[in-house]
Amino acid sequence: MKKIDTLEMKGISKSFQGVFANRGIDLQVKSGEILGLLGENGAGKTTLMNILYGLYQPDGGEILINKKPVKITSPTESIAHGIGMVHQHFMLVQNHSVIENIALGYKHTPFFFPKIRIREQVVAFSKKFNFSIDPAKKVWQLSAGEQQRVEIIKALLNGADLLILDEPTSVLTPQEIEELFRILKDMKAQGHMVILISHKLDEIMDVCDRVTVLQKGKIVGNADTEGMNKQSLARMMIGRDVLFNVHREKIPRGKKVLSVETLNVLGDKGLPSVKDVSFDIHASEIFGVAGVAGNGQRELAEAITGIRRVSSGRVFSQGVNITNMSPRRIYDSGVSHVPEERIKFGIAPGLYLYDNAILKQHHLKKFSRKMFLEYGRIKNHTSTLVEDYRVATPSIDVEIKNLSGGNIQKLILGREISEAPALLVASHPTYGLDVGATEYLREQLLKRRKEGGAVLLFSEDLEEIFELCDRIAVMFQGEFTGILDSADDKRAADIGLMMAGSLRF
Amino acid sequence: MLTIKISDRDRITPIQSLVTNVLSLLAALGAVGLIFLVCGVNPFFAISKIFMGSFGSMYGFKETVTKAIPLVLIGGGLTLAFRAKFWNIGAEGQLLMGAILGGWVGLAWGDTLPSVVIVPLMFAAGFLGGALCGLVPAFLKIKFAINEVISTLMINYICAEFLTLLIVGPWKGKTRFGFPGTDNLPDNAILGVISGSRIHYATLVLALISVVILTIVVYRSRFGYEVRVIGENPEAGRYAGINFFKTSMLIMLISGGLAGFAGVGEVAGIHHYLGYPASISSGYGFTAIIVAWLAKLNPFYAIVSGLFFAGILVGGDAIQMSLGLPAATVQIVNGTLLVFLIMGDFFMKNKVTIQRRASVES
Repeated sequence: MKKIDTLEMKGISKSFQGVFANRGIDLQVKSGEILGLLGENGAGKTTLMNILYGLYQPDGGEILINKKPVKITSPTESIAHGIGMVHQHFMLVQNHSVIENIALGYKHTPFFFPKIRIREQVVAFSKKFNFSIDPAKKVWQLSAGEQQRVEIIKALLNGADLLILDEPTSVLTPQEIEELFRILKDMKAQGHMVILISHKLDEIMDVCDRVTVLQKGKIVGNADTEGMNKQSLARMMIGRDVLFNVHREKIPRGKKVLSVETLNVLGDKGLPSVKDVSFDIHASEIFGVAGVAGNGQRELAEAITGIRRVSSGRVFSQGVNITNMSPRRIYDSGVSHVPEERIKFGIAPGLYLYDNAILKQHHLKKFSRKMFLEYGRIKNHTSTLVEDYRVATPSIDVEIKNLSGGNIQKLILGREISEAPALLVASHPTYGLDVGATEYLREQLLKRRKEGGAVLLFSEDLEEIFELCDRIAVMFQGEFTGILDSADDKRAADIGLMMAGSLRF
Repeated sequence: MLTIKISDRDRITPIQSLVTNVLSLLAALGAVGLIFLVCGVNPFFAISKIFMGSFGSMYGFKETVTKAIPLVLIGGGLTLAFRAKFWNIGAEGQLLMGAILGGWVGLAWGDTLPSVVIVPLMFAAGFLGGALCGLVPAFLKIKFAINEVISTLMINYICAEFLTLLIVGPWKGKTRFGFPGTDNLPDNAILGVISGSRIHYATLVLALISVVILTIVVYRSRFGYEVRVIGENPEAGRYAGINFFKTSMLIMLISGGLAGFAGVGEVAGIHHYLGYPASISSGYGFTAIIVAWLAKLNPFYAIVSGLFFAGILVGGDAIQMSLGLPAATVQIVNGTLLVFLIMGDFFMKNKVTIQRRASVES
């Protein structure tokens, strides 16, 4: 039995600390439709969906299901109405199996022997939508894509007719994205409706029937995706044209900045994660590491920057051996680092913006005198960063946890780049950023290159890698399966095979 | 059907914060009043007696200040440790070890050295004693990942038993007629008091200077910055290249050392000899945990919260005597206050609304 044929949000408003996150928003979805919700960071997409899912209460406006007004005050009620949501960060118990995780949130789970009794349902369900998933596996053994499928099954089993997906592709490999879109199209064929939150234009074009564009909490556009193109969508989203091809001029590379010799590093579970990796990076060069996440990129970045121990091999920064030195000594030798999990590593959430703006630099002469910090200079520096890197914040005197993820990210990037390091190690620097910020950031990386800096760029976004990098290494199961020149088009075509480990140079 | 909904509070104004604190204090007094009522005592009379006993008379106020000295010293030090999320539950032991070393210096050289030399020496020795007790758990935590709550707590017992061992054994005084306890400290080693009171002013001044310096350290120094970063997010501390070993050792050196100061103050200012652990400190090391918490981990506020809790200790003594209530009354009052203040914290962090539940057809 279907619970939702049409859903409508009317005049929804919501403000936080006097700032409107949503203002007078109208939105409609109907059966068998995929609606894209597009907007920059902090445009209010997630807030709007959290209202629909019952996590927030709107200050004004109403929600109508099948033309009847309803009040949704908690996720439990939202689920009862037939709404399901898959969050950006998965809400799964890592040490439990797939089936246990599903049983946990399922309303018809029997009290005794839940695993045995709902197993059949889960298997049948996976078949219906062609999910390939082993219900006995523990969640931590699953890839991000598989975990996402578990979340989708959870929502569907609870009778979700409307599925909300918050930035679903941000953690997926290209293959997994294709798989997800196939599932979404199957769901659509069976009469489900889907709301897809995204700021990736390609995805919206690929899979959505209609798109609603938000900007600063207000709707600025509504359109069928047919008859639209990327440029016109982008213009709607940020209100101006965007460069899709960053211009990278030819610069002869300079002297050697970083050299890594037969590096071996262990991962979190004590298994080898980086195996005999060797490479050099030169001044005025952007060196990219491509590959599916989880193939040792994080461990490699952490070993170079001193957060993780090197088990064998050596790392040199401008000729100085920095192997297993403390992160601060490595930073002082000219290596700065934009970590992969920025919120987890990059900030102290309860401290002020200006405290966070000097996280790795507070010991430098320009911010401290003897034992004390020079807060005057620190605040000036912070204001400059906020302005230069377009961090949207009411002031620099707020706790950084009050900022949106994208803005925290901009501040961290500004902090790490502004000191003009000899080498910048950047892990997925544009991940989660909107089009405007991504464009700006890529320009900053190229600017560093022009100024004679070196960049070690880890990214899963092949487009980004090709646009920015002079040379590209492909990482698979802890090894480099090859280092390519990005100008070499013939080889570049092989990169997909190299990422899967079936081709080596 | 009515439901209670709890959501995060975005921001709180200083006035809301003050109102919440005052309201929780009033609610706590209400609850304490109920307890008095059950005991058959007029609650208004008892509560007014507590405050009259501690702040309402000159004698009471002097006693309150006397008891606030160790609470401010230890509470101030604990704010630093707690800020870095280093749960130092061992201030009681650190105080005792400070008393032991300080007392030892006083007993050994008090006869030969003048006051201006011996008193600073005693405080230095006391600081060292408290710091040593604090450094051991810090070392164990960073090098061997041993939980500091357990290690600091257990070292309390070691220190207390060590003191008992000394006073019944090798240090037992000739003037005690066989009772446990050392001889009295020589006059040079005894701290001066404000006349007509037991306020040993040297320790009082030391306490005030300590918390002021500590406040500057926490909010203005590089070390204080590192402490705040570690406390907020240890992973960020690691990423920023903060040396955890150095920072933790320094935190516990200061936190333990200040407790050691308090120990010297108690021995040289109040008791004048080393006796049983329970007589040297009436649980100041534990009460100071509440003091630090009530001060919102701001060392400077420990002055106010230290005075407040000292007042309750003194006022509690007063109603014990005048109303014939059992000794546990003070602890009940203390505990009730803490519970209500923590509840107040909850209301400051969360917004609670009561609403009518919409019916849901399923």
